[in-house]
Amino acid sequence: MNQVIELEGVAKRHDTAGAPALGPLTLSVAKGEALAVTGPSGSGKSTLLNLIAGLDKPTAGVVMVAGRRIDQLSEHALAKFRREHIGIAFQFFNLLDDLTVTDNIQLPAQLTGTSRRAAAARAGELMEMLGIHKHARAYPGRLSGGERQRVGVARALINRPELLLADEPTGALDSASGHDVRDLLMDLHRGGQTIVLVTHDLALAEACASRTIHLVDGHLALDTYARAVR
Amino acid sequence: MSLFGTGAMGRVVRSGVGRRRAQTLVIAVATMMAVASAVVAGALMVAAAAPFDDAFKKQQGAHITAQFDPAKANAAQLAETGEPAGVTASSGPYPSTAFRPVDQAGFPMPTLTLVGRSGPDGDVDRVELKSGRWAQKPGEIVLSASIEGPSVAIGATLEASDTADAPTLSVVGFAVSAGRSADAWATPAQVDALAALGNPATSQMLYRFDTAGTKKQILAHRAELAASVESGALLGTQSWLDTKRAADQGAAATVPFVMAFGVLGIVMSVIIVSSVISGAVGTSLRRIGILKAIGFTPREVVRAYVAQALIPAGAGIAVGVVLGNLLAVPLLAESESVYGAVSLSVAWWVDVAVPAAALLVVGLAALIPALRAGRLHTVEAIAVGRAPRTGRGQWAHRVLGRLPLPRPVTYGLATPFTHPVRALAMLLAVAFGTIAATFAVGLTSSLGAVGASQDPESRAAVTVATVKLNNTAPPPPPVGGAAASPSPVVSSPAGTSKPKVADPAKVRAAVKSEAGLESYYGKLRTEVAVAGVSGSVEAGLYEGDSRSGSYEMLSGHWITGKGQVVVPSRFLERTSTKVGDTVRMTYEQESADLRIVGESFDTSGNELEVHADMANFPAAEPSTFLVEVKSDVSADEFAQKLAAVVRPLGGDATTVPPAEQKSVILVMDAMAVLLTLMLVSVAGLGVLNSVVLDTRERVHDLGVCKAIGMSPRQTVSLVLASVSAIGVIGGLLGVPVGYMLHGIVMPVMGRAVGTGMPSSVLDVYGPVELLLLGLGGVVLAVLGAMLPAGWAARARTATALRTE
Repeated sequence: MNQVIELEGVAKRHDTAGAPALGPLTLSVAKGEALAVTGPSGSGKSTLLNLIAGLDKPTAGVVMVAGRRIDQLSEHALAKFRREHIGIAFQFFNLLDDLTVTDNIQLPAQLTGTSRRAAAARAGELMEMLGIHKHARAYPGRLSGGERQRVGVARALINRPELLLADEPTGALDSASGHDVRDLLMDLHRGGQTIVLVTHDLALAEACASRTIHLVDGHLALDTYARAVR
Repeated sequence: MSLFGTGAMGRVVRSGVGRRRAQTLVIAVATMMAVASAVVAGALMVAAAAPFDDAFKKQQGAHITAQFDPAKANAAQLAETGEPAGVTASSGPYPSTAFRPVDQAGFPMPTLTLVGRSGPDGDVDRVELKSGRWAQKPGEIVLSASIEGPSVAIGATLEASDTADAPTLSVVGFAVSAGRSADAWATPAQVDALAALGNPATSQMLYRFDTAGTKKQILAHRAELAASVESGALLGTQSWLDTKRAADQGAAATVPFVMAFGVLGIVMSVIIVSSVISGAVGTSLRRIGILKAIGFTPREVVRAYVAQALIPAGAGIAVGVVLGNLLAVPLLAESESVYGAVSLSVAWWVDVAVPAAALLVVGLAALIPALRAGRLHTVEAIAVGRAPRTGRGQWAHRVLGRLPLPRPVTYGLATPFTHPVRALAMLLAVAFGTIAATFAVGLTSSLGAVGASQDPESRAAVTVATVKLNNTAPPPPPVGGAAASPSPVVSSPAGTSKPKVADPAKVRAAVKSEAGLESYYGKLRTEVAVAGVSGSVEAGLYEGDSRSGSYEMLSGHWITGKGQVVVPSRFLERTSTKVGDTVRMTYEQESADLRIVGESFDTSGNELEVHADMANFPAAEPSTFLVEVKSDVSADEFAQKLAAVVRPLGGDATTVPPAEQKSVILVMDAMAVLLTLMLVSVAGLGVLNSVVLDTRERVHDLGVCKAIGMSPRQTVSLVLASVSAIGVIGGLLGVPVGYMLHGIVMPVMGRAVGTGMPSSVLDVYGPVELLLLGLGGVVLAVLGAMLPAGWAARARTATALRTE
């Protein structure tokens, strides 16, 4: 099976004196797998996500994503790598308030140099798929939390990334919107999308993930494979 | 203990100042520059205006000093000229003459106007005795205080001329006439005695009028005086307006341009300080909310935010006062050398009034946004930054996003519309910076053109002199402190230590016979007496076709032959004459009536340099020949060959050295460059401040962009694009305004030194230059944004994403 993520002895220290925020940790995630990362606050979940996304660099170890070692890449190369291989959905959506829904979704495609027409077509396809096409010209401030998260996911998927990272995607949503997003992630996983999902919500992890790891104080405390996602 | 105590308020203020280093620096530098400019401008204005007016009023100076021909108007007739309505007081007639004494060292002094007065007092022109006493008997003389020097002191003796039987005069005092009615005073009997030796004799009358504030009024009074005596009896007049201008001009020329820079600096400072403070408040809304939530009263919030502006502004003002005083010294020294009575320190009240006004401006600029901060509701303030932004700038993103440009660029182009007021402040900063640069480029080009036009002899390829060029007599001490000319043209040799002088006819013959000669003209730079003008007048007497050595003309034409004279604007004003009038000019013992055929562009300070054909004065011979060589002939070789011929005769030949620019031009050039750098730096800091505020506000959005794949380079292009449009518009606004400012200030500077300005001095901008200056606006904006763009590109994405 192809491994999308391979971590080898990865550790991250925020300061030299204290204990490491993460690791050392060795972990691999296969293509098509949906990995849920759970754990209490301060357990290193977000640190792990940042290392996989190339938003942060490890103090030790090797980070391979999509077959490429990313812990030694420059900022410029990391940015290019991210926009081509990784999509990120954030807890607080992180949409740009100045841009319309369509413009928000198209932005990563435009950064890669995709033509305006092609980007618009792909954005339209995603909006249709995620049920937000009627908000195409709206601004994020006018949408509900669930709708905004759908926009965030659409933006994450615009460049057809091999890996979708979701950081507490239901953390800022009411329960109804949370269910919407859960269903969306399940659909994506069923479609073969590799997902790493960081969440406090065990129910969400159980519903969406084919595998769950539990972190405690930066260390892997549990690694379980779930039944197939329905 | 700090100004705001060591308590909570002090801590809040100190942390606010320390946390926002860029804003703190911008406020400090902006105020420093404005205060420095204002101190220099204020000091020069005081130096330019006050001393003459005070002295003239105290001495009841003459509005018109008139010279009459005693053969055509006797004392009784002249006394009657003081009676008509409009004349409030008159003095005279006093016998007057012009003579050229020789000092104890044997050097000839400049030609002096000597007036016979029995005492310094009178209804008009109460001459102030500075030292010694008044002349009481023949053989005694009182000199103008400006002539006093090591070899001319009380007790020193002067020979009345360089002839063997010249009478000896003993210096008994030094005095000042604010209206410059004379250079020396003696008893009337002494003046009559000198006139009897062949010096020209005139009668001097001094008048004050009820209205004499304008040139037109002076001209009207002069016409009345001329009409009240026999035709031709009035030989000449001197207007107090010209004397005042001559006294003021050292500083006066610099005042308009320093004022222009000062106004630019002050306006820019007010804009930038206001924008910095309001920006600081705008980006501190959460902090203000938290301060209020923990118990700060609205008044305390206002005080805290005003203090955050006043602390760096106070530092900037203190440094600005010191800098202004330092910058003013060279300009005041220039004034002092001209007027002789200007203190080299800035007036105390300027050092008090300018900082007080600056503090007031800064305080007001800070108070308005601080009051807004004080009025904010606590919950509202805390909530800011957490809720999505709506409204402003969205349409711009929608429209500009369609442009066929890379997405980071279109995103950046729309950014200014999110904060229109901040963008406007940035636009004004760029525009003012461009105005300053455009103005300064024009100013330095104009000053360069002035410098070049004032030294026409330097255009000649070769200068041939009738004396050895390294063997010339030291120039006579300048009258009134005017600087000696740096021209290579040799002064008329005279006095007891005459160097060997070549026969001009032989030198001329040598020049004419030298192979490679294209053209030449002869010149004698000397001094002449002009009826109606006290003291000597510099004169250039020309032999042959002197067009290649002509001055720029403001009106009329250059001399084309005998009977003509070209004069500077100040001469026309001082003598109340115009082009077409006739003046009597005396060179040594020869007099000639010459028609004024042209008005030359001449900024040579106090001196009145006139230009006439040498044929008017048969005794005059050239001391210099200015030569043009054929295009295929080397000037150096020509000069060497000619030097070999004329050196044995006592003469010399050389290629003309580059013209030396006058010190006042160099000072103004340096000031223009310095003030422009200061203004452009402040403009850049203004842009920097605005972009820092924007970047700080958008750090989260930039983090999002980077998280979804925006590279550091794309981030830089986004930030730079956000200022480039402002740079373009600022350049488009700044260049024409700077162009117009130059067009206004240069003529004012010219009027300050008593001359108009020719087109070569005014039309100094070329299309390419203007285009580059316009692009300068973009460069200024981009340079200002470069630093925060770098910060944005380097910011860690994970950290930025956590920023609220």
